[in-house]
Amino acid sequence: MNAATDASAIADTVRRRRRSHLIGRIFIYSGLLLLAAFFITPLLVMLMTSFKTMPEIRSGNLLSLPSSLNTNAWRLAWSEACISVSCEGLNGYFWNSIKIVFPAVVLSVAFGALNGYVLTKWQFPGANLVFGLMLFGCFIPFQIVLIPMAKTLGFLGIAGTTPGLVLVHFVYGISFTTLFFRNFYVSVPDDLIKSARIDGAGFWSIFTRILLPLSWPIVIVAVIWQFTNVWNDFLFGVSFAAGTDQPITVALNNLVNTSTGVKAYNVDMAGAMIAALPTILVYVVAGRYFLRGLMSGAVKG
Amino acid sequence: MASLNINNASKTYGKTAVLHDVDIKVGEGEFLVLVGPSGCGKSTLLNMIAGLESVTGGTIEIDDAVVNDLPPADRDIAMVFQSYALYPNMTVAKNIAFGLEMRKVPKAERQKAVARVAELLQIEPLLNRKPAQLSGGQRQRVAMGRALVRDPKIFLFDEPLSNLDAKLRVEMRTEIKKLHQRLGTTIVYVTHDQIEAMTMATRIAVMQGGYLQQLGTPKSIYDRPANTFVATFMGSPPMNLIPATVSKSEAAVSLSVPYGNAKQSDISVPADVQTEHLAHGQEVLLGLRPEWFELVDSQSVQADDVTGTWRFLHQVTITEPTGPDLLCMLNFAERTEVVVRLDADAGVEAGDTIELSALLDKAMLFDKLSGEALNNTL
Repeated sequence: MNAATDASAIADTVRRRRRSHLIGRIFIYSGLLLLAAFFITPLLVMLMTSFKTMPEIRSGNLLSLPSSLNTNAWRLAWSEACISVSCEGLNGYFWNSIKIVFPAVVLSVAFGALNGYVLTKWQFPGANLVFGLMLFGCFIPFQIVLIPMAKTLGFLGIAGTTPGLVLVHFVYGISFTTLFFRNFYVSVPDDLIKSARIDGAGFWSIFTRILLPLSWPIVIVAVIWQFTNVWNDFLFGVSFAAGTDQPITVALNNLVNTSTGVKAYNVDMAGAMIAALPTILVYVVAGRYFLRGLMSGAVKG
Repeated sequence: MASLNINNASKTYGKTAVLHDVDIKVGEGEFLVLVGPSGCGKSTLLNMIAGLESVTGGTIEIDDAVVNDLPPADRDIAMVFQSYALYPNMTVAKNIAFGLEMRKVPKAERQKAVARVAELLQIEPLLNRKPAQLSGGQRQRVAMGRALVRDPKIFLFDEPLSNLDAKLRVEMRTEIKKLHQRLGTTIVYVTHDQIEAMTMATRIAVMQGGYLQQLGTPKSIYDRPANTFVATFMGSPPMNLIPATVSKSEAAVSLSVPYGNAKQSDISVPADVQTEHLAHGQEVLLGLRPEWFELVDSQSVQADDVTGTWRFLHQVTITEPTGPDLLCMLNFAERTEVVVRLDADAGVEAGDTIELSALLDKAMLFDKLSGEALNNTL
């Protein structure tokens, strides 16, 4: 065989490889697009319906675009829709949720970090047992704790109040945040702590000056986790909050179930969007840090 | 500058004892190296001096004050870790100043101290960088800077050079020694590297299995090891241990050393061994460093029984040129290989039969069963 036929044979192989590569890509991308469309459709339907007028909804098809961006339904859902007896919209409940979420997230993340610090860097006899028991908390279904929790809140005199609900979420969240921080701090070398002790740093200065500045990836993970869990919670909200203290998830349910004759689908959809917006926002803003934080323990930075 | 006394210190974890009655006194300005294989308890002992591990038994004194229950920060010590343990979120300058900041030293003074140390270690250009942006050698320097800045009574080093490449390790070794000469601070240095121990220490403590095996100057550890462990752990290649038997009669005491093909030499007992402690037929080990042999020039005619030497003919199995030296292996008996260090230009090759004379006035004699040295000049 001479050099020329050799070269053309190689070129042939390269071309064949390229073609099969291209076909493979087409299959992969069309599959991905199909799946993406499947997952985005419910959200799109919600969004489109929320901007339609009632006659449009009745006449049109579910997937048709709204004729104009009609924000009337959003306004109604925010400030005028009837939730059981009062007709003041979702806005009060939105602030309720914020009042619940912020303290619950801050407290559970702060205590999780502290627990993780003590469990890894100030090991005491039985530390692993304590950690195992806390881990156990991650596997307890919500429903099991409802009645004991109701008794506890009643005993503390904060049943049916916002602080009561904050306490519930705070306690329930500690298991998860402790797990996150403990696993993160295990990978922080002990020599760092020893060195700081020799340098004269105490329990709190080691925590605030050395460990916390390293912890931001895991803080973001814990915050996102806690924020979405607490914001989206329905069961604790419906069990432990009463009347106008209820979080937005419960209010949304009541809004949809409060019938005043005609079912206002556009208002329901706008209400659902309002209830979902903060979590969507958190994911969009901090999502990439979320992934980075989850991976940070696995690979040495 | 301070003195350090370790009095019968012991450490147990639950029921496992990791350190048994270690007794070491370190004078002001001394450079003590704790050396031993991994798991010998040397790092535990260092952590006990630092206050990072509690003391189970005995006492540790700094400047004659017992510090057993003092927290690390109050012992006025500084420590350099194997992993450097630099704070990743702080710049080099902040890393160095952290100890001063924790001790509430005013900012102006801190800056002055950092500048002084940075100049001493030539790390001024690095002051604003984070540890992640530094090379291994630079991190090592910063870790030293952090220890130096507080001007402590005692420096503790925990295998500080193990993470460096071979060339840098030799450089830093010299540098640490220079620093010690300049500052004169008492240093306790842990290593598993016997060359580091030999080159840097004013005194060496050889440890094994939680026991202090021998404490002495590098020269005494090398020339007069207290037992077979020290003899073989220190020195590379290690001391040759040649099995021999004591033959004792009314008139004289000598050692019979089998070698080669069923050959045997009768040699005199090293001068510093008290012969009355030897029994006829006692199994002993003759300890000879590889460089305690000399090639005998075949032309030179010498009486065979010159006292203090032992001349014999032997075949060379293998030669290993190291550059400055030529190591020759002689197969004395099964599992008794003797290494001899000759001049690189000795012109000896594998298969040659050479005549050697061993310098018996330096030789060590160990009891075969206990491994303890029988020489009495320890």
